[in-house]
Amino acid sequence: MTGTPLDLQLLNACAAMLLLLSFAMLSQRRIVTLVNLLALQGALLCIATLLLAWRTGKGHLYLSAALTLGLKVVLLPWLLHRLIRRLEVYWDTEPLLNVPGTMLVGVVTVVFAFGLAQPIAELANTATRNAIGIAVAVILLAFITMITRRKAMSQVVGFLSMENGLFFGAMSATYGMPMIVELGVALDVLVAMLVLGIFFFQIREQFDSLDLHHLESLKEDR
Amino acid sequence: MSASAWFTQLFEMLAALALAPLFLGWVNMCRAWLQNRRAPSPLLPYRGIRKLFHKDALIAETASPLFRMAPYVVFGAMVAAAAVIPSMGTGLPFTTAADAIALVGLLAVARVFMSLAAMDVGTAFGTLGARREMMVGFLAEPALLMVIFVASLISATTALPLIAERLASQVPGLYPSLAFTAVAFTMVLLAENARIPVDNPSTHLELTMIHEAMLLEYSARHLALMEWAAALKLFNYACIGFALFVPWGASIGDVGLDALAVSIPALALKLLVAGAWLAFIETVSAKLRVFRAPEFLATAFLFAVLGLLVHLLLGA
Repeated sequence: MTGTPLDLQLLNACAAMLLLLSFAMLSQRRIVTLVNLLALQGALLCIATLLLAWRTGKGHLYLSAALTLGLKVVLLPWLLHRLIRRLEVYWDTEPLLNVPGTMLVGVVTVVFAFGLAQPIAELANTATRNAIGIAVAVILLAFITMITRRKAMSQVVGFLSMENGLFFGAMSATYGMPMIVELGVALDVLVAMLVLGIFFFQIREQFDSLDLHHLESLKEDR
Repeated sequence: MSASAWFTQLFEMLAALALAPLFLGWVNMCRAWLQNRRAPSPLLPYRGIRKLFHKDALIAETASPLFRMAPYVVFGAMVAAAAVIPSMGTGLPFTTAADAIALVGLLAVARVFMSLAAMDVGTAFGTLGARREMMVGFLAEPALLMVIFVASLISATTALPLIAERLASQVPGLYPSLAFTAVAFTMVLLAENARIPVDNPSTHLELTMIHEAMLLEYSARHLALMEWAAALKLFNYACIGFALFVPWGASIGDVGLDALAVSIPALALKLLVAGAWLAFIETVSAKLRVFRAPEFLATAFLFAVLGLLVHLLLGA
């Protein structure tokens, strides 16, 4: 085995940890811990971006690392924690599937994601192209997190985790998106978060719970 | 094979037999220190075994010959496993006799005989313990195999000494796949050796115990052999862990006395650290309900599979 440079090793370790965190989020039932895991994922993403910026010497990656730190590590988790406190939802009970079952589905998904990313990785010419598979896996695992939850809160966390995965994918495939796109996405996520926060209050006012099952039946049927 | 290789092999087996109770005593000692209790002597397991050997054996009327045979089979399997695991050197005659998968099979033989013996007498607790042991076992075994597969994938062989040699000669660096599998292996070790998150080795509450429940009907020399075998099992698992994750220090290739002079202190150091680490894990974690044990082991399996996938994708 040949020696890989240390920064690439660290990047790979970050990618592996991101995958692990996705599984942790998949199995986690407590919403407060889920938000903390999301913040941790953001922090790892920030570290990975910094490492990549240092490796490639691209200035705009430092900027997007700072953006990640401010938005995904500090602002969004803070907003979510505030929402949890004000809505008083600390638990996400009744998962649709038990934990080992979800894990097995997750493992199959990761295998699928790796297969899916193989041709894309062959097209890319970045040093981190192997991590594309992990990014796709993070996106799909976030999907499963959203699918297996009923409560609106954890679905939003899944959505944000998916955005993290997309960001990581863009980073490892092409060393990041153009700055204007990144700013736009960041703003979108922030606005979506704020709008969803208002939605939560509306949903709870209507149904006395954040369970999204209530949204599935039409008004006439009730 | 030279005479010195056979000598080293014999020495390794005897050392494993002699050191296993001491290792168990060391873990118990560390645990007592961490829990602010006065530590028992690390020699306590020896005294227990000696005491038991001097007693008269009582055997239940309903017991079949299998019940008498089981302690010897279990003990024999553990000694054979100790001979196969390259704890001191990789060039020993027996270490090439069986690969890692056969080793897992050897451990499974011990488990099956132990469970059969526990069910043999027909008491409720023995059967209960045997069933729980099989539940833990059938979940822990795939996780252990997966851990071994990751190591064999990296080193392109399933022979444990070759795995240890190739991993020891690897370029030092960050290997997320090995880190994940190390976590998985630690969890399997805890579950298989009836340590705390899954089973409490010092419990006397019949309804919660797994390993102890299976030994309830044994007395005297049979019990002594079973307890010695349990200590050997812990020692063996620790040595498998060393071979896979910290292979440095074990003598590679040559088997002379000068090689032993390096590998014995290295092994002693690794055992000291591993024992303290094990005691630490046991102190900070609470015992899981029996029905949560599958979740614990599923997590171990997941870690091992993640290690495999990360290795396949990142090559790290």
